[in-house]
Amino acid sequence: MKIKTGLMLGAALLTAGIVQAADSGFDLETVNPEADRKALQAYFKERFPKAEIEDYVNGIYAVDAPSREQWEALEEFPPYEFDIEEGERLFNTPFANGKGYADCFENGGIGIRHNYPYWNKEQGTVKTLEMEINECRENNGEKPLRWSKGDISRISAYMAWTSRDMPINIQVPKDDPRALAAYLDGKKFYYTKRGQLNLSCANCHLQGSNIRVRADIPGPMLGQTTHWPVFRSKWGEMGTLHRRYKGCHRDSRSRPDQPQSETFRNLEYFQSYMNNGLVSNGPGSRK
Amino acid sequence: MRKLVTAAASAAFIFTTFAMPAQADNHSAQIAEGKSIYLSKKRGNCISCHQISDPDANQAGNQGPPIVAMKQRFPDKRTLRAQIWDATRNNPLTIMPPLGKHWILSEEEIDAVVEYVYQF
Ligand code: HEC
Ligand code: HEC
Repeated sequence: MKIKTGLMLGAALLTAGIVQAADSGFDLETVNPEADRKALQAYFKERFPKAEIEDYVNGIYAVDAPSREQWEALEEFPPYEFDIEEGERLFNTPFANGKGYADCFENGGIGIRHNYPYWNKEQGTVKTLEMEINECRENNGEKPLRWSKGDISRISAYMAWTSRDMPINIQVPKDDPRALAAYLDGKKFYYTKRGQLNLSCANCHLQGSNIRVRADIPGPMLGQTTHWPVFRSKWGEMGTLHRRYKGCHRDSRSRPDQPQSETFRNLEYFQSYMNNGLVSNGPGSRK
Repeated sequence: MRKLVTAAASAAFIFTTFAMPAQADNHSAQIAEGKSIYLSKKRGNCISCHQISDPDANQAGNQGPPIVAMKQRFPDKRTLRAQIWDATRNNPLTIMPPLGKHWILSEEEIDAVVEYVYQF
């Protein structure tokens, strides 16, 4: 009872006998992103034989029929529609210096979401779309936006919208070993038990996927990052992927990382690589 | 069969109540405490993963096996207590939190929840 939150209990990394799916190992010598990706797909094919791999972009709704019905009703009038419109307006509003977001991104920022996050060799770090939205602002003399919700999620939603149905295309470049190290860091994070409840992400989203935790049903690990940002009924608004990471991280009774920390960016890099072969389908709506 | 076991158990319980009032009172208070720990999100939150045939336990999850036939499956109560104290001893990958080892529950609270589930 005593020390409830903020307790940093030694996180035990599970190397041997990991929950079946991640097959290539947990060190730089053995880790192999492509083998991991194939193993994960194979795991879910076996676990939920009726679900199509392409459908995993729909999260829990790919595998749980009752919640899918509710969600389809929700998607008839998508709750994120207004945010896309507002995001488009913000995207096209020039900064004080006359420049705009379009000047910061490849192809004017249109149809590029499916390439994020990516490994930036010059900076030696994983870059996320939200990170570059704020960098664009700062490079043009504007204040950065808050990370988790609000305008950043609207701009990101609009940009995702212009990339709908484009195949996710995450690269771990071979010419820079630091890229593989970042991938590995994200992978370890996903499988490591932590916090007072001793839970890993994989505990709930691999082992526990589509099994009830009280009335909540954790969705499958595959496809978790294809559709962000998300309008979540529980939030009553849009939020970014890292907002969700923070919430789930807290659920293990750990002190959660902050949005856009290196840890969360590496996690997003690993998770997005797993989704190669699926399409980009943001923004999304979830319960 | 279960009904019979429960009936027998409660008969025994009534008997002890009359025979040793002080101790029996203590025990029912302990069971009530165990139940509250089982149901409460802030305490054991066992209900988030285990079904149990207590009418107050609604919307239970099913990550773990249902709590049934505890006496038959754990003839030695200490084995049951050990499972609750640290489930990772039996299965390092288990999703069940180590309730004792990580100080989620106190020793007294673990005793109480053991007594509560041992009725089912
Ligand atoms: C105690 C169980 C539990 C743990 C541990 C957990 N999650 Fe979750 N997570 C859930 C539930 C329940 C949901 C909501 C249903 C869903 O969308 O999957 C969810 C949703 C998510 C989503 C949104 C999925 C979608 O389709 O939009 C992401 C992403 C996510 N979790 C990532 C993580 C990561 C990363 C970790 C580890 C830091 C983690 N989760 C740990 C239970 C958990
Ligand atoms: C997050 C999920 C979760 C929570 C919370 C949880 N358990 Fe479990 N429990 C499990 C799982 C899963 C198993 C199956 C054994 C394994 O995973 O090794 C299990 C096994 C058990 C068993 C052994 C059952 C058998 O038939 O072998 C008992 C008894 C038990 N749990 C009691 C409890 C009690 C009492 C609490 C609360 C104080 C609790 N559990 C909290 C998930 C959970």
